[in-house]
Amino acid sequence: MDISNIKMAGERQARDYKSDQNVRWCPGCGDHAALNVLHKAMAELDLKPHKVAVISGIGCSSRLPYYMNTYGFHTIHGRGAAVATGVKVAKPELSVWLATGDGDCLAIGGNHFIHAVRRNIDINILLLNNKIYGLTKGQYSPTTDRGTITKSSPYGTVEDPFRPVELAMGARGTFFARCIDVDLKNATDTFVKAAKHKGASVVEILQNCVIFNDNVHNIVVDKSLRDDNTILLKHGEKMIFGKDKNKGIVLDGWNLKVVTIGADGYTLDHVLTHDAHATDNTLHLKLGLMAPENGFPLALGVIRDAEGLAYDAEVERTTNEMKAKNPNMTLNDLLMKGNVWEVK
Amino acid sequence: MLQKVNVQNVKDIVILFSGDSGDGMQLSGTIFSNISAILGDEIATFPDYPAEIRAPQGSLSGVSGFQVHIGSDIYTPGDKVDVLVAMNPAALKVNAHRLKKNSVILADSDSFEQKDLEKALYKTNDPLAELGLTDVQPLFVPITSMTKKSLENFEMSAKDKDRCKNMFALGLVCWLFNKTLDAANEILSDKFSKKPLLAQANIKVMADGFNYGQNTDATVSTYRIETANTEKGFYTDVNGNTATAYGLIAAAEKAGKELFLGSYPITPATDILQELVKRKDLGVKAIQMEDEIAGICTAIGASFAGSLAATSTSGPGLALKSEAIGLAVMAELPLVIIDVQRGGPSTGLPTKSEQTDLRQALYGRNGESPLVVIAASSATNCFDAAYWASKIALEHITPVILLTDGFIANGSSAWKIPNMDEYPAIVPHNVSQYEGESWTMAQRDKTTNVRYWAEAGTEGYTHRIGGLERDFVTGSISTDPVNHQKMVNVRQEKIDYISNCIPDLEVMGDENADLLIVGWGGTYGHLREATEKMNVNGNNVAFAHFQFINPLPKNTKEVLLKYKKVVVAEQNNGHLAGHLLDKIDGLKLTKYNKVEGQPFCVEDLVEYFTEQLKN
Repeated sequence: MDISNIKMAGERQARDYKSDQNVRWCPGCGDHAALNVLHKAMAELDLKPHKVAVISGIGCSSRLPYYMNTYGFHTIHGRGAAVATGVKVAKPELSVWLATGDGDCLAIGGNHFIHAVRRNIDINILLLNNKIYGLTKGQYSPTTDRGTITKSSPYGTVEDPFRPVELAMGARGTFFARCIDVDLKNATDTFVKAAKHKGASVVEILQNCVIFNDNVHNIVVDKSLRDDNTILLKHGEKMIFGKDKNKGIVLDGWNLKVVTIGADGYTLDHVLTHDAHATDNTLHLKLGLMAPENGFPLALGVIRDAEGLAYDAEVERTTNEMKAKNPNMTLNDLLMKGNVWEVK
Repeated sequence: MLQKVNVQNVKDIVILFSGDSGDGMQLSGTIFSNISAILGDEIATFPDYPAEIRAPQGSLSGVSGFQVHIGSDIYTPGDKVDVLVAMNPAALKVNAHRLKKNSVILADSDSFEQKDLEKALYKTNDPLAELGLTDVQPLFVPITSMTKKSLENFEMSAKDKDRCKNMFALGLVCWLFNKTLDAANEILSDKFSKKPLLAQANIKVMADGFNYGQNTDATVSTYRIETANTEKGFYTDVNGNTATAYGLIAAAEKAGKELFLGSYPITPATDILQELVKRKDLGVKAIQMEDEIAGICTAIGASFAGSLAATSTSGPGLALKSEAIGLAVMAELPLVIIDVQRGGPSTGLPTKSEQTDLRQALYGRNGESPLVVIAASSATNCFDAAYWASKIALEHITPVILLTDGFIANGSSAWKIPNMDEYPAIVPHNVSQYEGESWTMAQRDKTTNVRYWAEAGTEGYTHRIGGLERDFVTGSISTDPVNHQKMVNVRQEKIDYISNCIPDLEVMGDENADLLIVGWGGTYGHLREATEKMNVNGNNVAFAHFQFINPLPKNTKEVLLKYKKVVVAEQNNGHLAGHLLDKIDGLKLTKYNKVEGQPFCVEDLVEYFTEQLKN
């Protein structure tokens, strides 16, 4: 994939973030794209490589830290969010990223994921969603669609999947974005916005597994289908999509509705303008749940980017406030202030 | 009418405050131990409360106790009880078997009605006779009604008044032990500083209790405790959990590191978290996470970022943390894991104490996963143990498991505030120690096998670590069989080497003793007392107590093989004994094992050891 034409903002180049390790993902895997996007985004953000920590759990996508020329930690299954939280609280000045897959993040790591989001710890969670377990060779994941036949569901799954946006909103997330592995420009843009957000940023990357779940995202990824089946949301801009840019999203009572501009009396004025910064997440959730299977385009881009107090910053603030009351106090000072008696 | 008081001079006294879990016995006991300490006694305490916050009132399962041992040369909260404060029949029944001959029973007569006796499953109306308590000094006092009368003129609810009765009991006990109430008044004023009415009420009831004792009963002996002849210096009162928290803070200060704790509440370890979250004033970052696993994983993250990182838990939590501990072993990161042991398995006996997690600490992980295990021997020793755990973690870049237990964690003692200048330096083995040319994360000190820790964020040291096996030379992922064997050996040798850096095993007693008593961890006080009693009885026994369990002190083999008879006494089915047999060829030993969730009983120990000498 040619990404050489993406313009650089800072002095640093994408290659500054690449480690010397051979990338071992399967040819054609969407993880390659995500890795390249991350290199690009970091260059654009002009991050010093030694001020970056990339944490991961277990799974194909969790190999990502090995390919970064930053601080990297490949941890244990599902616990990456907790490790990343520790890194960020200990050193808030670091830019902390979590590379995680749908199994790692939403099955074994579900608890840490929702709590990291709820706490609003300032980390960037890259959720690489291929709706399958790749590293263990093809079992269904918590995002696999109902009825899908996999190695661990030979007669089709009999359970509904998680929709990551719903979990993030349910956990009071302040940032949620979605992108597809083949659209490098928008993915880079989304990663940059996620990094700039103060708080937990969740970026769902729809990623293809060529071996065990090929073309699972085809309906939104295929070039011939993409324009009509996706909408790129941009803050402050009208929600318009389609090959001919003539379709829009409007409010219909409590619900969203797809209309054709210029038909049935709908004009551009009726079309919603995206407000990613709204505190209330009701509309964000509705937008996030739009999907081709229910007659809507899939929302891409930054769906929600609202303000909130970041956990690490609050830990830092309260600690500094308490320290300021008694600067230079030591343990000995503290003990001598307590209930002390002297034996002479 | 004032009568002549019969004062006994005794070396030490054990007092047990016992009642319903809502009766406030913990508070009475705590205040009594505090004023005793202030007045110069040595103290050791042991709170014993039910797992349920409020079991049915008056029931046997709802009995809550707080035991205080005061006097001089105090190492344990004591076995048998000299004075029992029983707020109801259930408290009397539960503790009857622990009373010494001629002990004092101070009971609330108002709560010994027919219905109360039934709740505690008595069959007759004479509880003392039914329990076979013939050689005791019963002192039945209408505590509830006296408390009510005492507070007649207070504008308080009947319920609030009733809750002051623990202070009446406390006042009586203070009278029994010639403790003036000044210090107690101060403590109460402080405790209820925001509720002056409650402070006044409690102080008045306590004074009335004291006066009641003084004015009425001459049939019980009262005691005066000798003032302890302790080392000069400033003292304060700590329990083991607080001392553990302080030890971590002291180590962080010494090492010039920020202290980080990731934790999750669990009995009986929660106080460590609760102490450290208060210490933002000392720059401590302590966070409560969503579960045990997140607790340790945040600590591992903080360690990767350069903090002195710790996590605190109890047995079930240690089980949950196992995989993450393995990660810290594999990634080679400094980490202190504190396990305040409780009765198990599973949820077990959350509020009771055991030593049944030693094997879990030593072996409870997948793969060859060696790490350091050390144990604290008393409430105050928790400070030194936490300091040592931190020192070893930072200097050898390894996880260290520190085992304490519910008994020493909640028990408190007078503690001489340490002079930190006298503590050994802590020099973290980080990249600033590296003298070679180009650093990589794979490089190690050739003698100690310790790698050079590079804090995330340091320029020039970006690197990747993880749970996958890595190449000995390059640090890249490797599945090479020869390399794996080499790495397994290196990780083991790194831990084994630490035996060169820890104190030798000390022996108390004669080199030619007929028996060596061996223990570890929180049983120190009981075993030491048993040893002393044995020798006073004319035997020749020695005592060795392990604080460093993995690796063992270097002289362990030499010491243990010197004695004809070795008894390893522990509150499990033989964890240390098995470890010693594994490590020391030719060792023969006998095991004394008790797993009742209760501290050892010195009398039982003496009896067992005496028996051993006969064989």
